[in-house]
Amino acid sequence: MSTADLEQGFAATISADQRIEPRDWMPEAYRRTLIRQIAQHAHSEIIGMQPEGNWILRAPSLRRKAILIAKVQDEAGHGLYLYAAAETLGVDREALTEKLIESRQKYSSIFNYPTLSFADIGVIGWLVDGAAICNQVPLCRCSYGPYARAMIRICKEESFHQRQGFELLLAMVNGSDAQREMVQESTNRWWWPTVMMFGPPDDDSPNTAQSMEWGIKRHTNDELRQRFVDMAVPQAAALGVSLPDPELVWNEERKAHDYGDPDWEEFKAVVAGAGPTNAQRVARRRRAHENGAWVREAAQAYADKQAARAAGRKDCEVAA
Amino acid sequence: MTPADSDGDPTAEGGHDAVPATGVETGAGAGKRRSWPLYEVFVRGRRGLNHVHVGSLHAADAEMALHNARDLYTRRNEGVSIWVVLADDITASSPAEKDPFFAPAGDKVYRHPTFYVIPEEVPHL
Repeated sequence: MSTADLEQGFAATISADQRIEPRDWMPEAYRRTLIRQIAQHAHSEIIGMQPEGNWILRAPSLRRKAILIAKVQDEAGHGLYLYAAAETLGVDREALTEKLIESRQKYSSIFNYPTLSFADIGVIGWLVDGAAICNQVPLCRCSYGPYARAMIRICKEESFHQRQGFELLLAMVNGSDAQREMVQESTNRWWWPTVMMFGPPDDDSPNTAQSMEWGIKRHTNDELRQRFVDMAVPQAAALGVSLPDPELVWNEERKAHDYGDPDWEEFKAVVAGAGPTNAQRVARRRRAHENGAWVREAAQAYADKQAARAAGRKDCEVAA
Repeated sequence: MTPADSDGDPTAEGGHDAVPATGVETGAGAGKRRSWPLYEVFVRGRRGLNHVHVGSLHAADAEMALHNARDLYTRRNEGVSIWVVLADDITASSPAEKDPFFAPAGDKVYRHPTFYVIPEEVPHL
């Protein structure tokens, strides 16, 4: 088949809203875009374990500790589903991890902010995971089959994350004044970084059109951001916290909230590596990877030994 | 150059992400190193159902693959039985040949019950 035929087949599959599967022919640019996106997504899940893991030892009760451990385990699971999806495109998981710890691949800017109080655990569940759900639900219909299937699993589990966060915050706002202040202070810190999670505004997002044409992306950054803001406002009201945006107001004409612009200079700086915790996150990931090397080698040595023994037994049986 | 490589701006492409797409390596083309082999995982959701493919993972051996599959794919009681199969041991039909490969079934409409016209008044058919 000629390249033109292959391209036509690919385009026909996309336009029929069918899924592309690993062994199908695909344009090299589509493959590379997906690898980059899925790897960055996987790295985000893995790095995202750190801000939350920070509070496991200091969780205020056994119940909260157990919930937090389960959530951090889920983040690890999500990372692994996604690395597995990336591998179907012909990359090696080990190579992706090395690119992460050498800062040659990125992860979401949101994880470069520190978790300073236990209220942050609730706010991450409510706002950060809430924003992630807005982003991720449309990805369940992504044109690349393995990515879409991984996203379906992830979205199911993400719903637990958001609800546990909101419930944690409800408990705190129904507690003491000091606890209510913690929730407000945490909301103030996380609001803008969360609004930035959807990426730059549409007129500054030149790759969106191609990703939408390929069926990788289904909505623009601003569409998703609007959806998130409209969802968050009544939730904030239910908690009795304010959102730190003086321009946030209901627009009756648009039937949606108007909101202010985040500080895009800050966003660009954090993405470029100047966030409060960029260096620490990557250094810890590197340390964990290097400290785990002997475990991976030992498991391999054990497997080799068992395989050799099994082969030896077979030889004896044949000889007998 | 991919479209994503063509400029210096960060984009929100997926998941938790608002990520830069430029100057970022994809890892494509990197040589395979000797790492744990890949296993495909199949889970039986409950008694009476087939095992269904749910994804893949790496493990040093089959026993570790089973344990990892339990931790990765059944954290919420999604299964009562797991199979793991070395990915290299799977033989698959080629997607490029899918039309000729499945052609034998293409023109045999008489294999379907709707092919047969039966008077409407005849019951239980």
